[in-house]
Amino acid sequence: MRLVTKVAIACVVLAVLAVAVVSWMLPGALPSKPREAGAPNAATPLTGAPKAVTQLIEKGEYLARAGDCVACHTNPEGKQFAGGRPMPTPFGALYAPNITADEETGIGAWTADEFYRMMHSGVSRDGSLLYPAMPFASYTKVTRADSDAIYAYLMSVQPVKQKNRPHELKFPFNKRELLLGWRALYFKEGEFVSDPKQSEQWNRGAYLVEGLGHCAMCHTAINALGGTKESKEFEGGMIPNQNWYAPSLTSNREAGLGNWDIKHIADLLQVGVSDRATVYGPMAEVVYNSLQYLSDADAEAMAVYLKTLPKRDAEAPPTSQARLVEPAVMESGRKIYEKQCAVCHGAEGKGQPPAYPPLAGNQSITMASPVNSIRMVLNGGYPPGTRKNPRPHGMPPFSHILSDEEVAAVVTYIRVAWENSGTPVVPAQASELRKLLPE
Amino acid sequence: MEARVQGCVTCHGQSGQGTNSGYYPRIAGKPAGYLYNQLVAFRDGTRNYAPMNYLVAYLPDAYLREMAEHYAKLRPPFAQRVQGNADPAMLARGQSLVTSGDPQKGIPACAACHGAGLVGMEPGIPGLVGLRPNYIAGQLTSWKVGERRAAAPDCMKRVVTRMSDADIAAVSTWLGRQEAPKDPSPESANLVRMPFACGSQR
Repeated sequence: MRLVTKVAIACVVLAVLAVAVVSWMLPGALPSKPREAGAPNAATPLTGAPKAVTQLIEKGEYLARAGDCVACHTNPEGKQFAGGRPMPTPFGALYAPNITADEETGIGAWTADEFYRMMHSGVSRDGSLLYPAMPFASYTKVTRADSDAIYAYLMSVQPVKQKNRPHELKFPFNKRELLLGWRALYFKEGEFVSDPKQSEQWNRGAYLVEGLGHCAMCHTAINALGGTKESKEFEGGMIPNQNWYAPSLTSNREAGLGNWDIKHIADLLQVGVSDRATVYGPMAEVVYNSLQYLSDADAEAMAVYLKTLPKRDAEAPPTSQARLVEPAVMESGRKIYEKQCAVCHGAEGKGQPPAYPPLAGNQSITMASPVNSIRMVLNGGYPPGTRKNPRPHGMPPFSHILSDEEVAAVVTYIRVAWENSGTPVVPAQASELRKLLPE
Repeated sequence: MEARVQGCVTCHGQSGQGTNSGYYPRIAGKPAGYLYNQLVAFRDGTRNYAPMNYLVAYLPDAYLREMAEHYAKLRPPFAQRVQGNADPAMLARGQSLVTSGDPQKGIPACAACHGAGLVGMEPGIPGLVGLRPNYIAGQLTSWKVGERRAAAPDCMKRVVTRMSDADIAAVSTWLGRQEAPKDPSPESANLVRMPFACGSQR
């Protein structure tokens, strides 16, 4: 036999073996357990007195909001939870499925056990593996009781008959078997475990941030395989396809909240504006659809936990980098600032919080990535309209007024003026971001 | 309220009068119902223009209504109308379509719905004076190809499918040259019977 033939046969044998191993490793559908007459049915938590059911559904609605299910599972023009919303990823487009209670096209036929396995293990009802765009790596921390409440709520919403749209992923990412590898590398299954050394409030905050809040999905950098490293948790990164920078929550140089008041953190999350900063872009979406509905107690608990995330910065506090800026650029930036920005943000960059955020001493202006600042100057933005701030103040776009050089000059200016410790930006950075559609 | 809508001013002007740079329309004095419908459509993605979709993405209905009412009340001066040479035949065609329509092609006059003074009609029909030709032509074209749409029954769609590209150019050119109206307030609803049923007038 020729070597080529031998190799070919060996490959085929290996491939068959691999398929066999993979299909053995893939989970199947959950076995349906026949229930004894009169036995309580754990799979349907919707039994019980009407008042208890109502409470359970209301709790589930609250938790579903904390998990921001609606953001992905509702098309902007579509019915709530009916799915179909495209989610562009570096691997192709995913379409979130219908999670209404429709028995044929939604999850109406699912049991609470199956729903919990999906949340906890990332395995769908039929045993197929979920793509990690569904944040089961976070939702795995959700307790069984909370999963059951969300299930009860979803069963209670209006069923919508709408077939799921198949994903449009590039090869090889359209092969779900490959997710076994992804899971081995990046998925750690397990409910949240309280830290007895911390307060009950801290633990509640940690549970919400790490679990339903799925903050790590954006605030931990995603690598080329779409994975996140636990060691890099909350250290920030670019959000793929949205091209906003999700700042680090562990560094006081970025969105680390180590030196913030608890009230300001809770306000930022729940109100969308605070005396220290304001949310825009993808975080505005999170506040609008999810965090504004949190109770004051839960917003405060998340704030307490987030405040403890930053590591102690060992290095000396950074100083102004103004010396790195050419005087002509600095002067141009200052002039543009005075003409276009100072009316709201003040000559000294102090802003008029919470309506107009401060720029002096604002970590989101000075952090290493200037992407968000440049985008704000180009496209402006409105914070989300929330229950506690239903009429937010907005910033206008300047992309049609300022050239790339002018955008770079004014962003450089706000990054280094008033003892700000940012670094200069160049016109090419503005030019790159100008090509993107605002979103 | 003026402080809250600073997000609008670099494109639509400090009082909604529009700006000189290109395409951005005058919004001051348009009926509040029309402005509100547009804001909701931008938020929900049924009208597509990325900079607007982004800005209003997370604003609640009540606030969008308030913004619409704010701009509907303003009456800033009109910008200079377009001057210079234009093909007289084209202008004549434009004027004829705007004031009389084209019975042969089944095109009603613009004035039949947008008001005799072309200042719009409450609650949902915008004024056409004070808009730039390239904005009007852009909107009509995107209506024709199905990118822009209004509440069903979409009367504007019925009208524009009967118009040729030359008709669109003629109407836009003529409208851009009209003098500012003496009274820029939109006409009251239902003073006249409209030629087509319009979802936005319900």
